[in-house]
Amino acid sequence: MRQLQILATLAWRNLWRNHRRTIIMISAITIGVWAMIFMTALMRGMVNDMLRDGIQTLPGHVQIHHPAFRDDPSVNNLIPATRTALDGIFGDKGFEARASRVRVPAVITSERESRGVTLFGIDPVAEARITFVADDIAEGRNLEDEADSGIVIGRKLAEKLDTRLGKRVVLMSQDPDNEIADRGFRIVGIFDSDLDSNEETFVFAGRTTIQRMLGIGDRVTEVVFLAADYENVEPLYKRVSELAGPDVDVEPWYELDRYLSSMLKVMDGFVLVWIVVVFLALSFGLVNTLVMAVFERIREIGLMLALGMRPANILGQIVVESLLLLVIGLALGNAFAWMTVLPLKDGIDISSVAEGMEMMGASSVLYPDLQIRDVIMANIVVLALGFLASLSPAWRASRYQPVEAITKV
Amino acid sequence: MTAVRCIDLCRTYYQGDQAIKALDHVNLEIEEGGFVCLSAPSGGGKTTLLNAIGGLDRPDKGEVWIAGQRIDNLSKGELAKLRLHQIGFVFQAFNLIPVLTARENVEFVMQIQGVPAYKRGEQAKAILAEVGLQGLEDQRPADMSGGQQQRVAVARAIVSRPALVLADEPTANLDSHNADELMELFVELNQHHNTTFIIATHDQRVMAYAKRLIGMLDGRIVDDIQQQGA
Repeated sequence: MRQLQILATLAWRNLWRNHRRTIIMISAITIGVWAMIFMTALMRGMVNDMLRDGIQTLPGHVQIHHPAFRDDPSVNNLIPATRTALDGIFGDKGFEARASRVRVPAVITSERESRGVTLFGIDPVAEARITFVADDIAEGRNLEDEADSGIVIGRKLAEKLDTRLGKRVVLMSQDPDNEIADRGFRIVGIFDSDLDSNEETFVFAGRTTIQRMLGIGDRVTEVVFLAADYENVEPLYKRVSELAGPDVDVEPWYELDRYLSSMLKVMDGFVLVWIVVVFLALSFGLVNTLVMAVFERIREIGLMLALGMRPANILGQIVVESLLLLVIGLALGNAFAWMTVLPLKDGIDISSVAEGMEMMGASSVLYPDLQIRDVIMANIVVLALGFLASLSPAWRASRYQPVEAITKV
Repeated sequence: MTAVRCIDLCRTYYQGDQAIKALDHVNLEIEEGGFVCLSAPSGGGKTTLLNAIGGLDRPDKGEVWIAGQRIDNLSKGELAKLRLHQIGFVFQAFNLIPVLTARENVEFVMQIQGVPAYKRGEQAKAILAEVGLQGLEDQRPADMSGGQQQRVAVARAIVSRPALVLADEPTANLDSHNADELMELFVELNQHHNTTFIIATHDQRVMAYAKRLIGMLDGRIVDDIQQQGA
C-alpha cells in the first residue's frame, strides 16, 4: 500500500512535468472515449428503433401457436383452445399486454388488381399497445372493435390495387375444410409503415368478422404477449410457457424473428469492434507518450533502481502513469458523452437521410440510447487494452541496469 | 569487523574491439567505521569499484562481500534489497528525483522500506536539519543550489542509518566552501554514527579528510595509505 502511494505520487507528478504532452494525450483519449460512447449511443438508438419497430409490427415479445403453425401458417393450424378458454388461462395474470389474433394467408382483390396478402383478424383494443397500425393510420380510421366490418390496408397495397379509402375489396382465403371463404370489405383506413413490405402485405380486419368468414368459431391462430422491455423477455417467456401447457408452441420474439435477433447480436459485436478500433488508434499515442516519458527519465529510473527500488516497482510506476492518463481521459470522455447525449434525448431529426434509413426499418428521428453496459464496456476495454499497451514501455524501463541508466547521456 | 571485502575483482569493458580493464585483480578490505577515499585519474577504475561494492554492477570475476555477506552472486531483487537497507549512495549529479521535494526525496528510501508515514516525516525533518537544510524541506531540487541538492542527497543516503555510504565524486559540482561543508558533514557522521564511508574522488581537498587513501591506476590498486591526523 505504501509502495503504491509513492508510485502514485511519482506517476502523478511525472505526468505534469510535460503539461503540453499530457494535455494532448488526455484530449486524445477524451475525444476517443467520447466518440466510442456517443457513436455507440447513436448506433444503439438506431438499432433499438429498428428492433422496436420490428417487434411492434406484429410479433410482440412472446407468441403462442399451434405446433405446426410456423411451418404451415394456415387456418388448419388453429390453437386447440378457444379464445374464451385462452382468456380463462391468461386473463387477470398481470401481463403487460395480450392479444389473440387470426392470421391466415389470403388474396385481396380490387376491381382492377389482386394481390396475395397476410390477413390479420384482430381485436383493435387489445392490439393497441402491440401492433403498429393504430399509430400509423394515414387516412380514414383504425378498426373500432373486433366486430368491425371494415378493413385497413397499407398505402402501397392501395396503390398496387389501384384503390382508395372508402372503396370495396374482396378478401378470399380457405376455411378449415379447404373450401373458399370470401367476403367483401370496405376500406376504412390506410396505414403507413416504415417498411414498404408491411404496407404491401399486411391487411387488418375485425377478429370476429374474420372468424365468421373462415368459419372457425371462437378460435385463433396466435396469442401475443408484451413484456416491459424487449431485452428482458425471459421471465415472460417462462411464465407463458408454464401457463400454456404442452399442446402449443411458445416462442420469444428472437426465435420468431431471427433477423431482428441477429441484428441485436451483430450490434453487440459491432460496438465491441468499434471500441477496439478507436482504442487502437489511441494506443499509438499512448505508447509513444510513455516511451518518450521513459526515455526522458532514464537517469531517474537508474537512480531509483540504485537506491533500492525493485524493477517491479519501476514497471508499476509506468503502468500507474498510463492508468492515470486513461482514467482522466475516461472520466472526461464519459462526462462529455453524457453531456452530448442528454440534450438529444428528444431525438435527432435525420429526415434528410431518412429515406435510406427507412428502408432498413429505422424512423426519421433518431433517439440516442446511452446504455450503461456500453459505457462499462468502453471503460473496461480502454483500461484493459491501455494497461496492456503500457506494459511494453514499462517493461523496458524496469529492465534497465542501474549503473547504465545513471550514466546515460 | 570487516565492512567491505573485495577478492580478486576483475571487470572488463569493451569499446568496439578494444578491451578496457576497469578492474584488474583488485583485492581490498575496509573495516567498519572506515573513512576511505578512492583516488584515481579518470578511467582509473574508482567508479567501477564503487559500483561493484554497491551492487550496481557485477564483476566479471572475483567476489564482493558486504558485512559478511557475499553479494556478487545475488539476484537483481536481492541486490535491490541490499542497497535499500544497507547502503547509502551519493552520486556526482542527478542525485535527486526532480518531482519530489527535499523532504520527499529523503523520505523516498524509507517509503520503499515501508517505514510508517509519521516516522518518516519526523526522521526526514530531523536529518534535513542535521545537514543544515531546515526550512527548505518543501523546496524542489530545481529551486535549490547544487550544494543544497548534494546535502539533500547526503540526508537521503544516511537517513535510514546504513552501515555503508558510497559517494562518487560528491564534491565535483560544488564550490570549495560547499565542498568543505559536505566533507565535514561526512566526517561528523562517520565519527558519531560509525558509518563506513567510501568516497571516489580526484579532489585533493576531499582526500585530505580521509583516514585511508587508496590510489588506483588502470584498474589496479597502486597505493594504500593510512593518513594520520585526518
